[in-house]
Order: sequence, then C-alpha cells, then structure tokens
Amino acid sequence: MIEIEGLGKSFTLHNQGGAVIPVMTGAHLRVARGECVALTGTSGVGKSTLMRMIYGNYRASAGRIMVGETDIAGAAPREIIQLRRDTLGYVSQFLRVVPRVPTREVVAEPLLTLGVARADAIARAEALLARLNIPQALWSLSPTTFSGGEQQRVNIARGFAHAFPALLLDEPTASLDAANREVVLTLIEEAKARGAAIIGIFHDEAARGRVCDREVDVGAFAPGQAA
Amino acid sequence: MTPLLQVRDIAKFYGARRGCEDVGFDLYPGEVMGIVGESGSGKSTLLSCLAGHLPPDRGEVIFDTQLHGPRDTLTMSEPERRMLMRTDWAFVHQHARDGLRMGVSAGGNVGERLMAVGARHFGEIREQAVDWLGRVEIAADRVDDKPQAFSGGMQQRLQIARNLVTGPRLVFMDEPTGGLDVSVQARLLDLLRGLVREMGLSAVIVTHDLAVVRLLADRLMVMKDGRVVEDGLTDQVLDDPQHGYTQLLVSSVLQV
Amino acid sequence: MTDYNFAYLDEQTKRMIRRAILKGLAIPGYQVPFASREMPMPYGWGTGGVQVSAACLTPDDTFKVIDQGADDTTNAVSIRKFFEKTAGVATTEETARASLIQTRHRIPEEALSQDQILVYQVPIPEPLRFLEPSELETRKMHSLEEYGLMHVKLYEDISQHGAIATAYAYPVKVEGRYVMDPSPIPKFDNPKLGMAAIQLFGAGREQRIYALPPYTQVVSLDFEDHPFEPSKADYDCDLCGASDSYLDEVIVDDAGGRMFVCSDTDYCRSRRAAGHVGAQGAPYEEGAA
Repeated sequence: MIEIEGLGKSFTLHNQGGAVIPVMTGAHLRVARGECVALTGTSGVGKSTLMRMIYGNYRASAGRIMVGETDIAGAAPREIIQLRRDTLGYVSQFLRVVPRVPTREVVAEPLLTLGVARADAIARAEALLARLNIPQALWSLSPTTFSGGEQQRVNIARGFAHAFPALLLDEPTASLDAANREVVLTLIEEAKARGAAIIGIFHDEAARGRVCDREVDVGAFAPGQAA
Repeated sequence: MTPLLQVRDIAKFYGARRGCEDVGFDLYPGEVMGIVGESGSGKSTLLSCLAGHLPPDRGEVIFDTQLHGPRDTLTMSEPERRMLMRTDWAFVHQHARDGLRMGVSAGGNVGERLMAVGARHFGEIREQAVDWLGRVEIAADRVDDKPQAFSGGMQQRLQIARNLVTGPRLVFMDEPTGGLDVSVQARLLDLLRGLVREMGLSAVIVTHDLAVVRLLADRLMVMKDGRVVEDGLTDQVLDDPQHGYTQLLVSSVLQV
Repeated sequence: MTDYNFAYLDEQTKRMIRRAILKGLAIPGYQVPFASREMPMPYGWGTGGVQVSAACLTPDDTFKVIDQGADDTTNAVSIRKFFEKTAGVATTEETARASLIQTRHRIPEEALSQDQILVYQVPIPEPLRFLEPSELETRKMHSLEEYGLMHVKLYEDISQHGAIATAYAYPVKVEGRYVMDPSPIPKFDNPKLGMAAIQLFGAGREQRIYALPPYTQVVSLDFEDHPFEPSKADYDCDLCGASDSYLDEVIVDDAGGRMFVCSDTDYCRSRRAAGHVGAQGAPYEEGAA
C-alpha cells in the first residue's frame, strides 16, 4: 500500500545565509495492507519528518513515495488533497481546528467532506467519542479548551472516523491513561484487521510491541550513514 | 476533470509599475485556493483581474461555464460576463459596505441576485432570503432590518448570504475576515468552511492572515512584488516553505 | 414679443431638442441626453418641459399647462403666460381644445387624441437612481437590461409596508425593453400611458429627454403575488360627483372638515357645466370659481 524508495530531504534556510541542511537520504520502506510498521530511532533522527513527507506536508527533495497509485513526491496538490480525503489519514500530536466548532463536528468533518450523510457522520463521531471516554457533556463544546489528553483523544477519534486504507499515527498513545491507551490500541488492531496499512511512531515500547509487525530504524537514513 | 478556472499568464501594470505578472494556475471544482503576501504584493490586483473588476494587460481567465464549457471571461461579451458575476460567480468584499446595499433591508440584499435573474414572486424571494439568513446564523426577525443596524460580523455574514443565494460555483474573497474581532472571525471561518463543503464551492481567497488560509484553503500561492514566489498545498507551503520570502513570512507570525 | 425669437429659444437650440425628441420617439423609454439651456426660471419649475414645449410649438398651436391637474396654480399660470408672451400662441384650459399640453405630475382625465402632444416636466429621469447613485452604472444597467434592482425597490416597499407603497413615479417597462420613470404622476395615471397622443418627457437639470410614441406598450412593474394596482382615494368628487377621477384632499376648516375634489380642474369644471353635482357642490354657474 505504501512504498518508499530513494527518499531524500534537505532544508534550505534562505534567511540564514542559504544554509542547506540535509536530514535524510536514501530512505526506503514498504508497508502492506493490514500491516503496521513502527518508525524508530533517537529523538531528532527524522521520524516525524519522514511521516510528514509521506503525508505531503513536507516536500521530498528526492525519491518516490507511493501511496496506492499516487506518488506523493510528484503529485499535484489536488491529487494529494483527494488522497487525504479518501485514502490517507494522519493523526498528528497536535489538534488543529477552527475555534468554537463543537467536538462532534470536528470528529465528523472527515466523513462530511467525503459526502457521508450528516446523521450517519454524527452518529459515527459520537460512537468514537464515547469509546474514547470523552464525556458526553463535552461533545457540543469546542475541543480548543480541553486538556492535552482529551485533545489527543479527539484527534484520534477524528483520524479514525473514516476507515482510511492508509494511516499515519504520530505518538497516538502519548499522554493517555491505561484505559484510553487500551482503546486506542484496539482501534489500531481493528484498522489492521480491516486491511489498513499503518505507519506509526510509538515511544511506548509495550504498545509498539503489541500492534507493530516490524520496526524501521529511521537513523539508518540519516545522511552520512550507509543505508 | 476540467478545471473550473484556468488562469494563464496574467499581467497587470500600473504605468511602469508591476501590479502582477506571470500568474497562472488551475482551480478544480471544490478547491479553495489562498493567495497570501504583504500589502502591495499584487494579490488584490490579481483578484480584481480574475474577478473581472480590472482588465489585465494580458492573459486569460478561462471559466468552465455551464452552457458553453471553458470560455475566456476576459474576451467574452460584457453582458455575458456580468451575467456570470450574478449567477456562477460571487465576490465577498473585505468591507461589507462595499458588497451590500446599506439602504436596503437584509431581505432585499439577499433577494437582489434572485430578482436580477428574473425572480418575480415576492413570497418565494422572501422565503429564500429568510432561509439564507438562517444559514448564515441571522435570525429571521432581522429580515427587514437594514445592514446599518447589524454588527460587523453580521454584515459580513449577510454579504455572504447575498452572494451565495444564487448557488454560485466560484467565490472570490478579499480579506473576508479582515477588520473583525477574532471571536467573530472564528465563527465566520467555520461558517465559510461549512458552506464550501456543503455547496461544493471553489474559492479564491486573498488574505494576509496565514491562520485564515491554513483553516480555509487547500492550496496556497505566495506573492511578492507582483509575482508568485511559491505555491503548493497549504500546509506544505506553511510547514516546509521552500522560498526565502515564504520562510520569512511564516517565521514572522506571532505565536499566541 | 419681437424681442424674443419665437418660443424664446433660438432655432438652433430648438433643432437640437427636436433631434433628441425624434431619437427618443424612435427608442421608446430611452433617455436621450440633450444640451439643456438656462431658462428664465429655476430648475425644478419645469425647465425641461418648457424646452420641449418650445421646440414643439408652432404659431398655430393651442397651448394648455397643468400643474398637478390644475390650470390655475402659480407654476401653470407662469408657464402659460411665458409662452403667450414669447410665442404668442393661443392658450386654453380645455383639454380637448389644446394641441399641446404641458403637465406637471398628472395626466388629464379626458382621453387624449392622436393630434395632441403631452409634455411632462421631469425632476429625476433615472428610475434606478435612488438605488444606484452611479450614472455610469445605471447607463450600463439600461444597456444590458439589468433591471433586477428596480424590483428590489418594490420588494422593499412590500417588506416595509405590506404592499407596494410607491404611489407616484411608479416605474414602468416600455415595449418590453427600457424601464422608465413616468415622472411623478400618481400610479392611478399609469394605465393611461399607452394613450393615442405623443408623450414627451423633459428633464432640464438632468439634461434628458425621453418619449412614448402613440399606443406604446407600457407595463407597470410588479410581483406575481403583488400585482400592480392603480389606486385613488376611495371617494367621489365632492364638487362634481365623479367616481372615476383622481382626487385631491382639501382641508376646509380647523375642525377636521375636508373634501375630496378632482385634481383635474378642467374635468371637474366641464362635468359641473354638464350638470353633475357632488355632495358638497353647488349647481354650476358660468364664470363662478
């Protein structure tokens, strides 16, 4: 489902004397349907950078990133937009929403964008919020005022609202208590079971061990390292 | 898929000074494109050229019309272009008073475009006006009030209702949230997002507010001195800017 | 008399105005710009109508002037005297005898014939003006037939008053093309606009002339669910008993006493001469007021 070959990335800082900072070279990775691959490596090695490149958020300097039939590295913006709508989901560490929009709307939005009927989308959103133990009293409030853990769970609910065939998870279990961590891991297992290809970053080793089939050390793609 | 709007090589000069030059892009149905840049970067000039308010010195603005397919709006006859502006296109001004008739009631403002395309049944026009006021969160009992009696945010929502009542396919917006309180901005942004999604609108939004484009725009064009210096996916341009000017722009945003 | 050219204006000016009139007749309802002259009366007193009348008068004409239907008001008397002095034409107060009638804000009750000309004094010729201040824009709207705005005005009327409250200067569409302001005549008079006589409209300050040839199709704008209705006070004339004429309300004392009388003084007079008597009327006497 996801195939990465010869992927490289460098940042050019035009306002700091045009300094070019290479951060990745020759990255390669394959994830099949129903498989979950963990990105590992020390902090700052480029796990999040790689994940953002797969999502099209960072621009690749070299190489190919195939998600399904689309090469993210060379795709037109509208192809990536379409891919993000129906194929490629991303649960980031931070929730970014329009202020004052109720939580259930935030979670239902990916479904509404896909044209799912409003009642169905809201029902699915509410079911996920309930599963993730967000108190019902909060559903009609904007998540911008929620605690870190609550925001994280809203973010996860939003990411899992649509059954994306490919999913990127950046620290999905961080700042969660045991019960909610269990819910999230179950959600990931369910996604795998329905055939989703998943790439995740987990600092939580136990979680990684439970849901991930393989590990890929991103440190191996650091410039200067033999890949 | 045919792009809804194909812009080719637009240039506009004010005497020897460049308004904008070498601008081209395709906009597909349902896409929202943001244009950012500092004051004087040419973004408003560009928007005026695209929306038919200002004739560019060269270039093409090809719109996929419902009847005749893609047509260059710059060379089509004026009646056709004005008809397009009243039906398939909409323009939301930064200042509501530029886009509203301040001496006409809210209902009359919303109904004008309907009457302009031939609606002649008072009851039906009024019904549609009330329905649209509801969609932009203005209470039905304000339908006969004049815009002067409305707050800034309400005026802006009224302007949006007035523009969208004929079900346009392309909306041009010039700093739609400019001059509004932040809390009012948020509500307006949410409303615009919902309308864009529900109506499948395409939009070109000019703003200097990067937060606005992050929330509203799928794609982003960055302008400087009348030229496009960078374009791409909104979050990619903002999170991984390639051009020096964009990097400066992004790093200059105050964090709250 | 010999100090003036016939009908005050010089021949070149009259020719220029006639050209504008002919163009106006050729394009019914279209506002033709013309080089309005300074007249020896203030703007707003009928300078447009006077120039059109001057351009149309011949020495054989019989001239009548009415102001809000009356022959005996200051404005009407002044203009009648003006042409008596500068053109030496015969004047009359009888509608049927006049070959050229200049009017302010009324159409005579008596139907006009093909050999008559009705000249209107127009204050603001542009029907779209109150909603669109830009002349450039209103001209464009006329040329492109963008008349939705006219209905916005009627919409506002209904939304504020429950019905189309525009009672005078009620906009019309001419021959399915131009929207025209019929000058501030009461909408009661609108149905008469398709008459047999030539109708000429002159706006002196605004420098516009427009025209309706005989039997022009003139439709008052309205909504499907709020159709146009010509209206008048729901009374009969207290002097002549007419039930079909447009009425003026006259306050007669400090105790709330009032009467309704025909606004068309000639019509009222001729009815009374024929023996009709209204509720407060005295039998007609020749020469009495």
